[in-house]
Amino acid sequence: MAESTGLGLGAARSRVLLVRTAIVAAILVAWEALAASGWLFRDVVPSLGAIGAAVGRLLVNPDFYANLGVTAGEIGVAMLIGGACGLAAGILLGANRFLSQAFESLLLYLGPTPKIIFFPVLIMWFGVGSGSKIAMGAVSCFFPVAISAAAGMRQIDRVFIRVGRSFRASTAQIVTKVYLPAMRTPIVNGIRLGLGVAIVGTLLAETKLSNRGIGYLVIQAYSLFDMPRMYALLIVLFVVAIGANELIGRLGRSPAAGGR
Amino acid sequence: MTPKAWIASRGGARSVGALTTVAAILAVELLIRARVVNPFIVPLPSQILESLPRIVVEEHVLARFWQTTLEIGWASLLLALFGIGGGALLYRFRLLRAACETWVGALAAAPIVLMYPLFLVIFGRSATTIVMIGFAAGLAPVILKTLEGLAGTRAVLIDVGRSFKLTQAQQFRKILLPAALPSIFVGMRLGLIFAMINIVGVEFLINFGGLGQLINELAERYDLPGTYGAILFVILASIVFFDLTERAERWLSPQA
Repeated sequence: MAESTGLGLGAARSRVLLVRTAIVAAILVAWEALAASGWLFRDVVPSLGAIGAAVGRLLVNPDFYANLGVTAGEIGVAMLIGGACGLAAGILLGANRFLSQAFESLLLYLGPTPKIIFFPVLIMWFGVGSGSKIAMGAVSCFFPVAISAAAGMRQIDRVFIRVGRSFRASTAQIVTKVYLPAMRTPIVNGIRLGLGVAIVGTLLAETKLSNRGIGYLVIQAYSLFDMPRMYALLIVLFVVAIGANELIGRLGRSPAAGGR
Repeated sequence: MTPKAWIASRGGARSVGALTTVAAILAVELLIRARVVNPFIVPLPSQILESLPRIVVEEHVLARFWQTTLEIGWASLLLALFGIGGGALLYRFRLLRAACETWVGALAAAPIVLMYPLFLVIFGRSATTIVMIGFAAGLAPVILKTLEGLAGTRAVLIDVGRSFKLTQAQQFRKILLPAALPSIFVGMRLGLIFAMINIVGVEFLINFGGLGQLINELAERYDLPGTYGAILFVILASIVFFDLTERAERWLSPQA
């Protein structure tokens, strides 16, 4: 019985793989046909070979890694600042019902507004260099981390906090030994969401006003109408962004799996 | 009720929150007037308030608001058509669902707005680019929530439909769709929020369209009170938009 179920599962997986392969193949063929058809302006849809060659050229270009380093550095600092402030605000709001009722609505209302509209103000405050991009990433990242941390705080079993207090733990000890470990999953989810929006915020700011970073390279490729390079940059960017998101997701999942 | 009990109540806490915000704005006004904060970087809050009627009249805010609303409207139409259609398609063909559901999930996590230069090349610097970015950014949640709603239809309802010998189209129209409607609306709401954020963002980035372009134009003119005022206007418009969609969702939910 188990064997037949295993065989059934194997056949189902093979069919899924077949459908996936067929879809990918159909998309690639359609793309190549569109590139050759001349329906769109020349080079708007470059051939797959041209895109592949552009990805290859990009990956061996030291200039790309220098710009990737700039963007990664900006996003890293933005995550540190925005994430730490968001975590502190979330813990404060989640731990205190009065503060939550007084100020959390501000957080919830400002959270889903398009953050890029603050960029002109951030340029005035932090200049046209990396500062304004870091600020843009930090502002973007702050809200999901704070909202997630506040929700996580409210989910903590009160028994853990009472146990901490009965051991006469200080506030710092309660935060580090009770709150943070108990809030691991919501915090990781918040950081995951925060990373996504910090990447978008920082890169959009780079496309708007910058002379270095991946966002600048994308907008430079657009200005020069170097479409294979633009596609290559976007492909690499998507792989890095989705990969980073997945990595943080795994960090959040691993202890629970191990603990089972 | 004693003052202490009033402050501890929900209404009291909210009043304290609002008063603190007003106090913070007054403090900024004082700091700027005392030249502790540079007035060429942060304008006086009173100047920002004064600029609001000016930007409404001179910058044609209502026309811009209407343009952004139209763009959101077109994007929502596309979302309803392709999002709900896509979700129904994945529900109908199980193999397709097994093959594509994780891809749609990955699409939801992808930073689609970063593709705006590509959309600019394909559709030009036009409202179509803005609508298409909004549509692409909001598509994944609509598909996923539609699928979730259809797949979550209670088996007994489907059996009732079968016992009445309903055709597949009737089964979908009379049983599956009504049962999945709350979930579909949650997806539409999420999709619309993503679309709205991206539409205003791209308007700002490509300096075209409604409210987003207004902020860009005022910033390029170095009209500081106007820029801050326009940002305030976009925030207010976003809050109203989210509130309306939330109310509509509650109104459509079966509990209501």
